[in-house]
Amino acid sequence: MGSSAVIALLAAAIVAGTSILYAALGELITERSGILNLGVEGMMLVGAVLGFIFTSNTGNHWYGLLAAMVGGALMALIHAFISITLRGNQVVSGLALTMFGTGISGFLGKSYQGMPIVDPFRPVVIPFLGDIPVLGPIFFRHDVLVYISLLLAFVLWYILFRTHWGLSIRAVGENPAAADAVGINVSRVRYLCTILGGILAGLGGAYISLAYAPSWQENMTAGRGWIAVALVIFALWNPLRGILGSYLFGGIEALTFRLQTAGISISSFFLAMLPYLLTILVLVLVTIRLRQEAGAPAALGVAYDREER
Amino acid sequence: MKRIPLVKMVHINKAFPGVKANQDINFRVYPGEIHALLGENGAGKSTLMSILAGLYQPDSGFIEVKDKAVRFHSPRSALSQGIGMVYQHFRLIPNFTVAENIVLGAPDAAFLLHKQDIEQEISALSDQFGLEVDPAAIVGQLSLGEQQRVEIIKMLYRGCEVLIMDEPTTVLTPREVKELFKIMRRMSDQGKAIILITHKLHEVMEIADYVTVLRRGKVVGEDRIENLNEKTLTNMMVAHEIEYSQVDRAKPSGKLVLKLQDVQVPGDQDYMAVRNVNLALHAGEIVAIAGVAGNGQKELVETIAGLRFPSRGTISLDGEEIQTLPVKERLRRGICMIPEDRIGMGLVPNLSVMDNAILRNYNHETMNSGFLLNYKKISTYTWKLVQDYNIYLSSIHHPVNYLSGGNLQKLLLAREIDQNPRVLIASYPVRGLDVMAAESVYQILLQEREKGTAILLVLEDLDDIFRIADRVAIMYEGQIEEVLEVNQTDIDEIGALMLGADKIGVRYVETQAN
Repeated sequence: MGSSAVIALLAAAIVAGTSILYAALGELITERSGILNLGVEGMMLVGAVLGFIFTSNTGNHWYGLLAAMVGGALMALIHAFISITLRGNQVVSGLALTMFGTGISGFLGKSYQGMPIVDPFRPVVIPFLGDIPVLGPIFFRHDVLVYISLLLAFVLWYILFRTHWGLSIRAVGENPAAADAVGINVSRVRYLCTILGGILAGLGGAYISLAYAPSWQENMTAGRGWIAVALVIFALWNPLRGILGSYLFGGIEALTFRLQTAGISISSFFLAMLPYLLTILVLVLVTIRLRQEAGAPAALGVAYDREER
Repeated sequence: MKRIPLVKMVHINKAFPGVKANQDINFRVYPGEIHALLGENGAGKSTLMSILAGLYQPDSGFIEVKDKAVRFHSPRSALSQGIGMVYQHFRLIPNFTVAENIVLGAPDAAFLLHKQDIEQEISALSDQFGLEVDPAAIVGQLSLGEQQRVEIIKMLYRGCEVLIMDEPTTVLTPREVKELFKIMRRMSDQGKAIILITHKLHEVMEIADYVTVLRRGKVVGEDRIENLNEKTLTNMMVAHEIEYSQVDRAKPSGKLVLKLQDVQVPGDQDYMAVRNVNLALHAGEIVAIAGVAGNGQKELVETIAGLRFPSRGTISLDGEEIQTLPVKERLRRGICMIPEDRIGMGLVPNLSVMDNAILRNYNHETMNSGFLLNYKKISTYTWKLVQDYNIYLSSIHHPVNYLSGGNLQKLLLAREIDQNPRVLIASYPVRGLDVMAAESVYQILLQEREKGTAILLVLEDLDDIFRIADRVAIMYEGQIEEVLEVNQTDIDEIGALMLGADKIGVRYVETQAN
C-alpha cells in the first residue's frame, strides 16, 4: 500500500467509526450513572430510520437528525422508567427495546428501502487545517458530524472529570446511597444520563443512514450498537479512550472493505465478520490488561431504593 | 431566657413490614448538647434518626426546627435545615478523593471543581474542629477512623447544626474513640448539637449531656446524665436485670476431638495466611482465638470447615485425617461453622426463614416426600427451631433479612446445632449484637459445651474471652505461639501477645498493620 492509500484508509476509519463513537459516548454516560442500557442497537436503528424518513420528506438533514434524537430519547425514556422508577430488570428492558427497535424500524422503513437520500451530510474541508499534508486528509476533510462527535468526546470527558455535574454522575453510579445522603437527586441524574444516552444512540444511527451509507436498509446498523456497549468497557468508562476504540473498529471495517474490493479470494462473508471478531478480541485483550486500573461503576445495573433495609 | 430546641420531633410513628419501629416518639435536642439516643438493637433508634435525616418518611407525626414546622422529603431537605447524619455504614465513594467526597452535591458549589479552593476550605474546617485528614487522599485507602472524619467534615462543610452519629464507635479502635470524643466535645462547645446513637452504656456515661432511652420503638425514659447511672440506664433499656452467664471451668474437658498439626494455608494474595499452626480441641471445651483481625483467623477457620485447603500439615477429627475432604463430607462427620458474615455466607437474605432453616438438611428424608420438598414437615421443623431457640419473628415465610441481628444469629446457631456437631466453629458470634442477644448466644454456646461439643470461637472482645472460654489461642501473623488457660492469664498478657509482643513482655516485635 502506498502512503496515499494509508491516508485514505485512516480517513475512512474515522468515518466508519463515528456512528459507534456517538453510541458509545451515550452508553458511557448512561453507565457512569449506574444504568446499563442494552437497547443501544434498537435505538440506533430507530434513529437511522427516523433520520432517513424525515430527511426524505423535508429535504433537510437537520430535521432528520432531530427526529433521530427524539426517537432515541423516547426509547431511552421507556428504559429509564422501567429501570429507575419501576426498578425493573435493566437487562431485560434493554434487550426488549433492542427487539422493539429492530421491528419498528423495519416496519417504518419498508417503503423507503433502497431509496436514495435527498440531502445527505457531505464532507466539509476545513480551511487551512484541511491542507496540512497527511493530517489534513485524515482528520479535516469530513462531514460536520465527525467533528461534532470528536468535540463531544472531549466535552463529555471535561464534564465527567472536571465539573460538579460529572462528580454527581460518577457518585450516583458508584454509590447511590452516598449521593442520596448528600442531597443529590439520584433518580433525576439517572433519568438525564439515560435519556442523553438515547439521544446519542439515535444520533449514531442517523449518522449511518444520513452520512456513512446514505440510504435505508433494514437492520443497517448491523450490530454496531453491541460493539458500542462492548467498547464502553474497553474505554474503561473514559470518553477519550472511546475515540480510540471507535476508530479501531472503523479501521478494521475500512480495511476489510478494501480487501474485498481488491479482489482477494476470501469469502466476503468472512471478511464482513472480521471487524466484529477483531474488535471484540482486542477489547477482551486490552480489558484483561487494564482491569486492575479501574473497574465498572460499582452500582452499574443496580436499582436504588432509599428505604430498602 | 427560654432555650429554643434546635430540633423537635413530635408524635412520630413509623412501621415496617412486621414491626412497629417507632411509636408516638417525642424527642428534642438543644444547641451545644451531646444527646445520647440509647437502646438495644431494634429499639428504633436508627429509624427515628433516619426520619430526622430525611431518609425515611414518618407514617405520622411532625418535625420542628427552631420552632418552625418542617417536612423532609429527602436528605437534601434535611441538610438544608442543617441536619446531617453520619451513618454507621459510611456513605462514601471509595475511589473518590477526600475532597471530592466532601464537595459532592454541595448546594452552592461552582460548576467547575476548583481543587485548591476546596482543599483550603477543608483544611480550615479540619483545624477548627481538630479533624485531621488529607484532602487529596483516596477514601478507600483510609482507615475507618479517617473515613469517619471525612463524613463529619462533609456534614460540617454543609453547615450542619445538628450532627447525628449512628453507632460511631463500632468501627473504631479504643484510641480512635478517645479522639472522636474529643472532636465531639469540641463541636458541641462551638454550639453544634450532636445526637449519639448507641447501645454502649459506658460511652453514654463518658460523653453525653442528656439521654433518651428507647425500647421496642417507644421512649421509656429521658434525663440529664447527672441524674442517671449505668444501672438505671440498663434497667430502662432491657426492663429487667441481666445476669451474665459464665463458663464453669472446673468441669474437666473430654477427649481430644480435633487436632491441627503444622497447618499452613496460603492466603488470597502471595503470602502464607496461616503458618505452622498446632492446635488441639477437646470435647466439652471452648477455645477462643484472640487476635487483631486479619492475622489469619478467617483462613484458619475456613480451612477447618473445608472452604480452603492447607498446603501443608494435617487436620484430624477423632484421629482420622480430614484435610482433603470436601465441605459436605466434613459436615457429615460433624464439623459445623457459623461464619463471620451471617447474612452473606450463613444465610440467604431474600429467602424465607423456612428455606434458610433447611439449607443444611433439605435433602434429608425428614424434609421431603420423595423428590419434592414437604413444606408441612419443613414448617413444623422450623417452628420447633424458632421455639427452642427463642427466635422472635412474626412469620416463618418472611425473608430473613427482616430479622434483627440477634435473631439472625440465633436462627443460624439453631440450624447448625440441630446437626449435633462434634465441632462447632463460630467467628465473631456476638458482633453487632446488643447485650440481651449476645447473652442468649453465649447461653446457647455454653449449653453446647455441656453436651460435649468441641467449640472454637474467634472473638474480638477480650472481656468475652474471660467470660466464656476455657482456653485462649493467640494468633499473630498467621501463627499461634501460645495457647493459655484463661484462668491463668490476664487481659494485659493477651493484649500484648495479640500485638506480637514476646510472652515475657520485654521484647516487643514491630506491630504491623496488615
